[in-house]
Amino acid sequence: MSGLTFTLLSEPPERLDLSPLTPQKLAGTRRREIEKIRLGLSKRGLAVGDLFRVSGDAGETIVFEGGSSRFDGVGAGMSGGEIRVGGDVGTQAGCKMAGGTILIEGSAGPYAGSGMSGGRLEIRGSAGDFAGGPLAGEMAGMSGGILIIRGRAGHRAGDRMRRGLLAVLDGCGDYAGSRMIAGTLVVLGRAGHMPGYLLRRGTLLLDQLPQSLSPSFVESGEWDSAFAPLINRHLISEGILEAPLLQKGTTRFCGDNAVLGKGEILLAAGG
Amino acid sequence: MQSMTVNGVLIDDTFAEAFGMRATAIIVTAPTRKWALEAARSMTGFATSVIGCGCEAGIDVELSPSETPDGRPGCRILIFAVSTDELQKQLLKRVGQCILTSPGSACFAGLEGIEPLKLGSALRYFGDGWQISKKIGDRHYWRIPVMDGEFVCEATTGLTKSAVGGGNLLFLARSHEQALAVAEAAAETMSKIEGVILPFPGGVVRSGSKVGSKYKGMTASTNDAYAPTLRGQVESALDADVNAVLEIVIDGETSEVVAAAMAAGLRTAIELGPERGALRISAGNYGGKLGKFQYHLKDLLP
Repeated sequence: MSGLTFTLLSEPPERLDLSPLTPQKLAGTRRREIEKIRLGLSKRGLAVGDLFRVSGDAGETIVFEGGSSRFDGVGAGMSGGEIRVGGDVGTQAGCKMAGGTILIEGSAGPYAGSGMSGGRLEIRGSAGDFAGGPLAGEMAGMSGGILIIRGRAGHRAGDRMRRGLLAVLDGCGDYAGSRMIAGTLVVLGRAGHMPGYLLRRGTLLLDQLPQSLSPSFVESGEWDSAFAPLINRHLISEGILEAPLLQKGTTRFCGDNAVLGKGEILLAAGG
Repeated sequence: MQSMTVNGVLIDDTFAEAFGMRATAIIVTAPTRKWALEAARSMTGFATSVIGCGCEAGIDVELSPSETPDGRPGCRILIFAVSTDELQKQLLKRVGQCILTSPGSACFAGLEGIEPLKLGSALRYFGDGWQISKKIGDRHYWRIPVMDGEFVCEATTGLTKSAVGGGNLLFLARSHEQALAVAEAAAETMSKIEGVILPFPGGVVRSGSKVGSKYKGMTASTNDAYAPTLRGQVESALDADVNAVLEIVIDGETSEVVAAAMAAGLRTAIELGPERGALRISAGNYGGKLGKFQYHLKDLLP
C-alpha cells in the first residue's frame, strides 16, 4: 500500500493545522511540494518540512510518527483513505470527515469528529469535550459514520448529534448526548450527570447508571425488542463490544420530556 | 407429439412456457420457529395466482437463528407480481396485515435488488408519531411500538426484474392416488431448491386452465384437453389409461433456478416410475407465443 509517513522531528512550538494533510488533498503532490505546505498558525508560518521528515509517496495512507496535543484538525474533511497518528492530537480531529478511517493511538482534544458525516474515527485514548458535536454556530453535530473513543470522553459527547454511532468505552463527562437530534450514543463505564439532556430523538445505551438521571426522562419498564440483537451484533462487528450489551432485563427511559421526548436511554441489565 | 421413455415414464417433447415477473423477498423472524411460520403462512396465504390474488407468494426457505439478521428463527418469503406497482401494493398489504400483526415478529429485506420497495418506510405510520427510525451501519430500520413491544421492520427491501413465473410440470397418472403421490414427491424435492416457490396449495394444482372461455368476460377456463372426464367429448390430450393429472407451478428469482427446480421435479418423478407415480410427464405452454421463457423437458432430463 502506497502512502506517506510524516515523522515528527520535535514537539511543535505552536499549534498546527494539519487539515491540508489528507490523502485527497495530497493526491498527486510531490514530496518537495508537500514539504512547503504551511501548517503553523502563527506568523512564523512553519511548513511541513520544518516539522516532519517526510517519506514515501502520496497514496491512500498517511502515517504520523509521533503526535502532539498541538496537532489540530488531523484528517479534517477527509473523504477516503487512512490516517494513523502514533500519539496525541489536538482539537477537531476528523472534523467534518465524510469517509475513510482515522486511528489516533493517543488522546484527542475537544471537538473530535465534530460534524463528521461518514467514515470511522477511532481514538485509543481519551477525548475532550464535545466529541462529535457541532462547532460554535453550527446547527448539528455528527451526521454519520462511526466515532469510537476507547478511553474517556469529556463533557457533552454527541452534542446535537443527528445520525451515526458514537461509542465511548470508559465513561464520559456530564450531559452526554445533550440536545441530540437523533443517532446512537453508547457509553460503557460511568456517564456523568444527566445524559441525554434536552435530547429530542436518538438512543443512548448505558451499561450502568449515570451519576444522575435527568428528572425529565421517564422509565417505560423492561425493554425487549428484536432491535436489541441488531444493535448488539453491529457493536460487536465494529469492535466496540465483545459480548452483547442489551440482554433481557434492559430498562428503557423515554425523554427528554423537557423537549420532544422521542428519544430513549437504554440501560443494560445489571447497570 | 413425439415422446421418449425414461425409466418407463413417457416424457413429452414439449416445453413449459413462463413469463418475466417482478419479485421481492423478505425475511420474517419471530421468537420461535412456530410463530415465524405462522406469520409467513398467513402472509403467503391466498397468493396462488396473480390472476385472482394479485401476487404469488410462498416460503422460499426456513432460516435457522444463525442465518437471520436478529438471531431468531425465521424464514425467507418470495413474492411475485406482474408489475412493480402491484408488487409494492401486495407487499405492504400483506406485511401490514399478516407480519405486523403476528406476535413478536420482525421483518427484514430478503433481496438486494436493483431498486428499493417500501417496507418499514410505509408501515411506520402505524406508529402514529411514536415510530423510531434507526440506521445501523448501512441499513435503515423502523421500530414501531405495538402491544407486545416493538415491531422492527427494515425500511426497504429490493426488487428484481429478472424473476420468472409460470414454470410447470404436468404429471399424468393412472389413478388419483398415483398422481398425488408423484406430485407430492416432486413438490417436496422442488421446494428444496433455493430461490423458488410453488405457489399452489402444497405446491400442487389440479385445475390447470386454458386461455379463453365460451362465457363472455372469462379470460381463462378449465383445461378440457387434460380433464379425464371429458375424454371422448373434446380433443383430449390424454391417453386411455390416464385418469388423473396434477400440475406443479414454479416461480423463481431467476430463470436458472426455475430450470433447476423443474429438473429436480422431473428426476424425482422419473425415479418414482410409472407404477407408483406418473405414466407420462408433460408441461403447459401457449404455443410459445406468450412467454419469454421456455423450458424444454428434454433439456432438463437427468
